[in-house]
Amino acid sequence: MKYQSQKVAMPYFVAALALFVVQILFGLIIGAQYVIGDFLFPEIPFNIARMVHTNTLIVWLLMGFMGAAYYLIPEEAETELHSPLLAIVTFWVFLVAAGLTIAGYLLLPYARLAELTGNQYWPTMGREFLEQPTITKIGIVVVVLAFLYNLGMTILKGRKTVVGIVLMLGLIGLAVFFLFAFYNPVNLVKDKFWWWWTVHLWVEGVWELILGAMLAFILIKTTGVDREIVEKWLYVIIALALITGIIGTGHHYYWIGTPTYWLWWGSIFSALEPLPFFLMAVFAFQMINKRRRNHPNKVAMLWALGCAVMAFLGAGVWGFMHTLAPVNYYTHGSQITAAHGHLAFYGAYVMINLAIISYAVPIMRGREANGAKAQRVEMWGFWLMAIGMILITLLLTAAGVLQVYLQRYTDAPMSFMVVQDKIALFYWLRLYSGLMFFVGLLFYLYSFFIPGETKASDMEPVKRISEADSTPATANA
Amino acid sequence: MSQAFTKEVARNIFYGGTAFFFLLFLALTFDTHLELPKRDNRQVLDPSTELGQKIAAGKMLWEENNCLGCHTLLGEGAYYAPELGNVYVRYNNSTMGIMAFIKSRPKDGIPGRRSMPQFNFTDEELEAIAEFLKYVSGIDTNDWPPNIQG
Ligand code: HEC
Ligand code: HEM
Ligand code: HEM
Ligand SMILES: [Fe+2]
Repeated sequence: MKYQSQKVAMPYFVAALALFVVQILFGLIIGAQYVIGDFLFPEIPFNIARMVHTNTLIVWLLMGFMGAAYYLIPEEAETELHSPLLAIVTFWVFLVAAGLTIAGYLLLPYARLAELTGNQYWPTMGREFLEQPTITKIGIVVVVLAFLYNLGMTILKGRKTVVGIVLMLGLIGLAVFFLFAFYNPVNLVKDKFWWWWTVHLWVEGVWELILGAMLAFILIKTTGVDREIVEKWLYVIIALALITGIIGTGHHYYWIGTPTYWLWWGSIFSALEPLPFFLMAVFAFQMINKRRRNHPNKVAMLWALGCAVMAFLGAGVWGFMHTLAPVNYYTHGSQITAAHGHLAFYGAYVMINLAIISYAVPIMRGREANGAKAQRVEMWGFWLMAIGMILITLLLTAAGVLQVYLQRYTDAPMSFMVVQDKIALFYWLRLYSGLMFFVGLLFYLYSFFIPGETKASDMEPVKRISEADSTPATANA
Repeated sequence: MSQAFTKEVARNIFYGGTAFFFLLFLALTFDTHLELPKRDNRQVLDPSTELGQKIAAGKMLWEENNCLGCHTLLGEGAYYAPELGNVYVRYNNSTMGIMAFIKSRPKDGIPGRRSMPQFNFTDEELEAIAEFLKYVSGIDTNDWPPNIQG
């Protein structure tokens, strides 16, 4: 850690991981409710538990992005953070608002929460991922503005690197597109149309800038590859992301009442959306192959590489699978969607956060990297979570194919509930895979409590293969 | 990547490409909003009519009870319970059937079966929700879902 103020990232990372645990526990609850219909009913109905699952996901990812930005921007800008105090104050505001909102979900009927928070004056609740009371949404905007101000002032007085600027652009975009969450007309088609401006333009738009910048930062730090090379890659990746992803929004405009031409626009542009994810994977492999030193934090590099690969599988491959209109006609809103949603979110945004936490937390605690034993335990966490998530994805895909066939494709289509019964086996297996995932998460968390340190001086130098690679590495590129 | 393709070229493609395709997206958005009146069944939404007010109240109830947390509506939402965009058609074009179903949910659920909560709606509220679902079934969705099962 080069700048004292980078340490404000720590509470963000700790809170993010705590919320991650809550997210997975509620994932297990809804996974159980899928097969044991009356599990916890009527105390915690499925919709409430699902809301806790998805909203803690979004909040902890945002916490992770904020922690990452507070860590990364001072180092990139080569100056202390503008106001560490503001960063800590906004942290507590954010955490308390999130905690109160989740307590509200669990302790009150949702309609009562809506009433208490005055939803009727400015209705924004009750839409997927945006279930938070309007005042919570306003709170999020305030926190994000304070956060952007703090980082913006830091960058303005310091060095302006491409990584820093791309990260800022992504975060500003995150704030701008969140504003569409406040628009909720009675006309359902318009409601849905603009809802996607938040949801799609986040995960397949501006968040890819955040992802790219975080990945580039970790790779620069761990491989010592020349910044110029990394920055060129980064520009190409984010250019492709936005060129394909903006109009790619059209893959959500097939069946919600929007004009038929979106079948073409959506299919063509979104079919190209895997490209930036593919490049991200190639980029990660290339940088690691070209590395100029062996960084002591091997497991952080495993996370970075794993992130690029799993994001390509989840977003690129599983996204492409159902993005063409003739396919989506059958798969829309089925378990195929759920399979894709899980692997894409996990691979891209969960793993990049776990990667930066894995890289930065040991440094903030005064170690170059965790000791060999801790890294081994963390690698177990990596593999258990990765395999658990891949199993969840494959099982939901199988369930989805059967569902689509029985309910939508055969000559004698069956009703939704009958079909769900027939594919229950896959949901059982998904639940067990979820338990495996949870065990992996416990390994990951436990690894941080294992003492020990690995130093750069413990590492073998990189064996030079060609003359071109033989320029000596600088300690901190 | 080759020498001629410099970082500056990549940067310009990023800014130029983003600006161009965002503007194109805005143009498509504008055109979509011109086309919508032909497709989105808005004639029933007129807030000066009783029906329009009922549908607006129904949508509010839909949101404030988080029905989307179990159901899909036009294929978006949760995948735990049946699609409701076409439930009006599935129930033989009857709002009565929908109202009766919602009203008859047992308070403690159905043992072993995925259960829908009892919301204790008034008759007026039930009617508002049913009218909202009827309105949704009138939206032109390019023939989705493929069949009546949703
Ligand atoms: C906790 C989950 C849950 C919530 C919340 C929920 N439902 Fe349901 N709903 C179900 C389930 C499960 C079924 C299927 C019940 C069955 O077949 O036994 C169902 C069935 C229905 C049906 C009949 C569908 C058909 O094709 O037979 C209608 C209509 C309906 N729900 C409307 C609503 C409305 C309106 C709301 C919001 C006020 C709502 N539901 C909230 C779980 C839920
Ligand atoms: C990391 C990036 C991505 C994430 C996190 C992500 C996540 C999601 C989620 C959560 C949904 C479900 C939304 C809902 O509830 O209705 C969804 C839907 C969808 N995604 Fe992605 N996605 C990503 C990238 C992609 C890409 C690159 C493609 C195309 C190649 C794609 C294609 C689709 C399609 C077609 C749907 C609609 C599914 C349906 O009709 O039900 N996604 N995505
Ligand atoms: C980090 C890991 C996870 C991530 C990123 C994640 C993400 C998500 C997302 C984005 C959704 C909304 C899906 C959509 O609309 O398509 C969702 C729903 C869901 N998740 Fe997870 N999840 C994770 C882990 C789990 C686990 C371990 C389980 C259980 C075993 C689980 C069970 C569910 C269930 C049952 C739903 C509801 C699906 C429905 O709508 O019917 N998730 N999750
Ligand atoms: Fe999308």
